[in-house]
Amino acid sequence: MGDGTVRLSEWLEVHQTEIIAAWTRQLRDSGGHGAGRVRDAELDGQCKSFLEALLNAIKSDGTDDIDREGYAPVRDLLNDMSQSRALQGFSPSETATFVFLLKEPLFSLIQRELTSDPAAALDEIWRLSSLLDKLGLFTTEAYQRSREDVIVRQQQEIAELSTPVVKLWEGILALHLIGILDSTRTQVVMESLLQAIVDQSADIAIIDITGVPTVDTLVAQHLLKTIAAARLMGADCIISGIRPQIAQTMVHLGVELSVVSKASLADAFALALRRTGRTVTALKTPVLQSVG
Amino acid sequence: MDRIPILKLGRALLVTIQVDMHDRLATALEEDLSAKIVASGARGVLIDISGLDLVDSFMGRMLDNIAAVSRMLDAETVVVGMRPAVAITLVELGLELSGVKTALNVERGMALIQTQLEDVDVGDVGP
Repeated sequence: MGDGTVRLSEWLEVHQTEIIAAWTRQLRDSGGHGAGRVRDAELDGQCKSFLEALLNAIKSDGTDDIDREGYAPVRDLLNDMSQSRALQGFSPSETATFVFLLKEPLFSLIQRELTSDPAAALDEIWRLSSLLDKLGLFTTEAYQRSREDVIVRQQQEIAELSTPVVKLWEGILALHLIGILDSTRTQVVMESLLQAIVDQSADIAIIDITGVPTVDTLVAQHLLKTIAAARLMGADCIISGIRPQIAQTMVHLGVELSVVSKASLADAFALALRRTGRTVTALKTPVLQSVG
Repeated sequence: MDRIPILKLGRALLVTIQVDMHDRLATALEEDLSAKIVASGARGVLIDISGLDLVDSFMGRMLDNIAAVSRMLDAETVVVGMRPAVAITLVELGLELSGVKTALNVERGMALIQTQLEDVDVGDVGP
């Protein structure tokens, strides 16, 4: 094994340029990397640094265990690469192919160097193959991890985006509910609404459910909870934007929202203004366009 | 034993809860408050719970009780300054305090009591 390692690293060092050339050619031919998403210079750089890191790892560590300290630079490199590939929209197999395509140049090199000793060549190929397989799998795992990170981040963003509490007027807030209300989201909605009530010293909160596709008993219960919590903070709630079909479903389900509800956000806003002692009137001469 | 101070503010009583409520303190408050309503002839009770960040079902029921007792003694109870987390907890506990009026802060609670007193005074024939 020791001899093999020394031999392999020597060959890698001597034929480095040749291997990289063959490898990058293959990568380009495979299509995945040639679609303009990774520039040629970048790809060359990645190949070169990966091969160098692999060479160092084989030299310094001498084993094939990629979890060991010696392989840390290789792992870091693959991690970074998988992450950027995942963000660029590569598929998992395209990402792993990066490592797997290294096999062919290396195997043909070994074959050439060890023509006289087929048994040793086979040994060497077998060893290298399993090492590259491990690295390929590692790449896929890293890819998967970074994709999951992206998904988690997007979920958080969606959760935050879908509960905007906006100030309509002094003391009047509007909460636009968009999407399906489940327990987790209700919690987020409730918290952001109550916090907004405190921050803006609001008297009235309009809950607009135009963007809620279905209202079943559970969603209604969540709504009622939110309204009850707002009331405990001293704010009144008005529900708006109940669509005709939803109103019918709710009545059929026997759900009763014991709060004021208005058909549209505009109606609810008008009511809220009236309750806070304000009114909207039309100007006698409308200002059609503001100058300046 | 600690007691929660009850301040008289015009025709209303102001109770500010700034310590963690334990059950005995709550019961004592209920007794003190009902005695004070009768003694002072107050028409409104403001309970400021902005300092309270822990509530349990007992606390919720106590607020309900105080409101019921006060109403019986002809005083309106307004709970003010409830924190968002407390409101969520009470709702999750199923305590919606439907017999209690609420307001965001002491100022608004006071205004609420004032308007109610004015409404009542208009109807009063009184001496």
